[in-house]
Amino acid sequence: MANRPFPLAAAVTAAGLALLTLGTAAVVASRAQVWALAPADWAALRFTLWQAGWSAVVSVVFAIPVARALARRRFRGRAAMIRLMGAPFLMPVVVAVLGILAVFGRAGPVNVALAALGLPALSIFGLHGVVLAHVFLNMPLAVRMILMGWQAIPAERFRLARALGLSEPAMFRHLEWPMLRAVVPGVLVVIFLVCLTSFAVVLTLGGGPRASTIELSIYQALRFDFDLGRAALLAAVQFAIGAVVALASGWLALPSGFGAGLGRASVIPAPGGIRRWADGAVLMLAAGLLMAPLVAVGLRGIAGFADLPAAVWPAMGRSVGIALASALLATLAALVLALSRAAWAGMAATLPLATSGLVLGTGLFLLVHPWLPPERLAVPVTMLVNATLALPYLYRLLRPEAVQLHADYDRLSRSLGLAGVARLRWVTLPRLARPLGFGAGLAAALSMGDLGVIALFAGDQGATLPFLVQQLMGAYRMEAAAGVALVLVTLSFALFWAFDWIGGRYAGA
Amino acid sequence: MEFSIPDLFRRNLEKNMKAFSLAAGLLTIATGALADTPNLTVMTYESFASEWGPGPQIKAGFEASCACTVTYVTAGDGAALLARVQLEGAASEADVVLGLDTNLTAAATATGLFAPLAAALPNDLPVPFADPLFQPFDWGWFAFVYDKTKLTLVPGSLEALAASDVKIIIQDPRSSTPGLGLLLWVKAAYGPRAAEIWTALADNIVTVTPGWSEAYGMFLEGEADMVLSYTTSPAYHLIAEQDDTKAAAAFSEGHYLQIEVAGKLAASDQGVLADAFLAYLGGDAAQAILPTTNWMYPAKTATAGLPEGFGGLVRPQVSLLMPAAEAEAVRAEAIAEWQTALSR
Repeated sequence: MANRPFPLAAAVTAAGLALLTLGTAAVVASRAQVWALAPADWAALRFTLWQAGWSAVVSVVFAIPVARALARRRFRGRAAMIRLMGAPFLMPVVVAVLGILAVFGRAGPVNVALAALGLPALSIFGLHGVVLAHVFLNMPLAVRMILMGWQAIPAERFRLARALGLSEPAMFRHLEWPMLRAVVPGVLVVIFLVCLTSFAVVLTLGGGPRASTIELSIYQALRFDFDLGRAALLAAVQFAIGAVVALASGWLALPSGFGAGLGRASVIPAPGGIRRWADGAVLMLAAGLLMAPLVAVGLRGIAGFADLPAAVWPAMGRSVGIALASALLATLAALVLALSRAAWAGMAATLPLATSGLVLGTGLFLLVHPWLPPERLAVPVTMLVNATLALPYLYRLLRPEAVQLHADYDRLSRSLGLAGVARLRWVTLPRLARPLGFGAGLAAALSMGDLGVIALFAGDQGATLPFLVQQLMGAYRMEAAAGVALVLVTLSFALFWAFDWIGGRYAGA
Repeated sequence: MEFSIPDLFRRNLEKNMKAFSLAAGLLTIATGALADTPNLTVMTYESFASEWGPGPQIKAGFEASCACTVTYVTAGDGAALLARVQLEGAASEADVVLGLDTNLTAAATATGLFAPLAAALPNDLPVPFADPLFQPFDWGWFAFVYDKTKLTLVPGSLEALAASDVKIIIQDPRSSTPGLGLLLWVKAAYGPRAAEIWTALADNIVTVTPGWSEAYGMFLEGEADMVLSYTTSPAYHLIAEQDDTKAAAAFSEGHYLQIEVAGKLAASDQGVLADAFLAYLGGDAAQAILPTTNWMYPAKTATAGLPEGFGGLVRPQVSLLMPAAEAEAVRAEAIAEWQTALSR
């Protein structure tokens, strides 16, 4: 029993996830009349794979040097920078796109500077714009995940390496490379899957129908053609890609096998000279890329503060409530699955990543509608869906650490007779506090920013902050919308940092 | 033996169940108190029902005389409304659906979910319009809006726009009703030459957005010279922001119309109330509210006339509108044509 701490809870969670993801798709499919894909769907499929692949590779290629520099350098503001790095991933996509446009757009500082130098203007629209936006949104996640990998290399290994007089390349080969081999495939997969279901970024920055994704085709099928069969087929295609990619990553990732350390803070050797400057430049560049759009969002938002509508307060309460509840739900579910050693637990936790939010929402709507007016369930359904969609990230964060924990402490725990809640309290939670805090913060922030299914279930009350932003934009009130967007972004970050801080504090205690 | 996690879950569940039944109880009391007054459920798009749209005033106005309550349920826009009507089918709680446009009415009629109107109200639309199932409540001409202080050489037609190097932002016809409107605009004006026009327009298009608000937001940020919107858009800036820098360009081919309509659902159990609501919507009081809340022309101009600020707007000479059945029939082909032209 010690191998599987909470078998029943894990089984129930996995079954629930399967029902929510596959079950809702089946409900949509059951209402279908015709089963066929449109010719344009194949072009959408190609573009989807292409942009998601590029986005994942570019994000990781940039993230590795940034994570390495952060892992081995100590400087003033480092902790703040690590926290800020999380910011873009937590931003509502629509807000992030407007921030990127403000910087790289036609009237933005980049093009103004280019024009001043007599250089041709840079267009942000096209595949490169999509990739840039995805890198902006996802690189921070990659940095955090890889940085955690670096920090998870026991400090003793670096000391031993130094005592043995290993050169820097040798140290990379023996310590850092195996860690990257273990961590990077997972990171690539997560970002690929995030971008696989990307919708607003591709549609806004793609520059036209060349840039069309499967998720957009699903939207079109559901909204304009009311072709449930095509929507369900496309959702199945998306699932299949997700499954293939997730399986491939399981095969690519190798266990790092460092063994247990004493849990001391790592001090990774930091070479001086030119490499010090190189690390500095990498960090500056990353900070510039990530911060500039944030600053733009901040400036626009402050200008809109004067027009904040009264509806912002109840919306704020509702958004925070939903975020806290879905963070709790997602964290519990991810912990239960991450501690389970069964293969199906991992599969269940990955399912939501390839799920189309639109199909999930539509399926739930079809399920709920015969029994209750959907708008009465807007809040609980949003909570549930947001928790479901955040769960894969939490699982990915927790799983490697849970595996390590098992390898390092299972025998010890068993020899001490620690089991059940006692083991959870004394062994599991303290070791997992850092990823748990980070993950809960992530779930809360993602829930804050997600427009999600509330749009499908909304009545004339019960607006959340992202919904309010959309309403204001739909009523020409762009400045007020920017103000509410800033409130939303600030609250998302505050929630995230609070959870992250609690996790770090508990881990450090 | 310590308690296990399932035990913990059960306790929490019991606690939650108590809270839930308490809430459900309160809800029953609340609805019980309202049981005497009938409720009319109006399904509409978000911006209509929002604090800044016509929804709240129209609700208050109708409730003042109907001895009933009005509840809005919302969907994203006209297309989302139709999808929701189809999802809910005959089991829908809604009595009235408000906010479809004439490009969607053929599909809406085909669902068989709508009931005939009790009475056809007079309207002063720029084209003759009559539909047994749908009553128009407002309308507008699609147009390209620009900033007078920034764009000086304003194209005078779609063809001139396509030949110029003016940058525009449009909406995707697959996810937005203005996007679909432009598609039919080009089709109605150029018929078999539509694909050629789109090919010529391709290099003018900065980007295609999922909805109206993203496109309009980007235009205001200076990402393009013109944006696909309505001839009435400048009125918003003029009336709400005292800003007269925005204008709509008049195109010589004529401008495609968007006529927004409302209809009642056949399965409604409040048929009489739904008829009364539609009559109110077409009447003077409601029609006077629409111009400065929905920023469209009223279907029947109120006796007080149009608000100041609407007077100076561009009024196209020619109005284009495809009959609903034709719009439905050409849509798929026109989308494919558009995709091919812009994918090169």
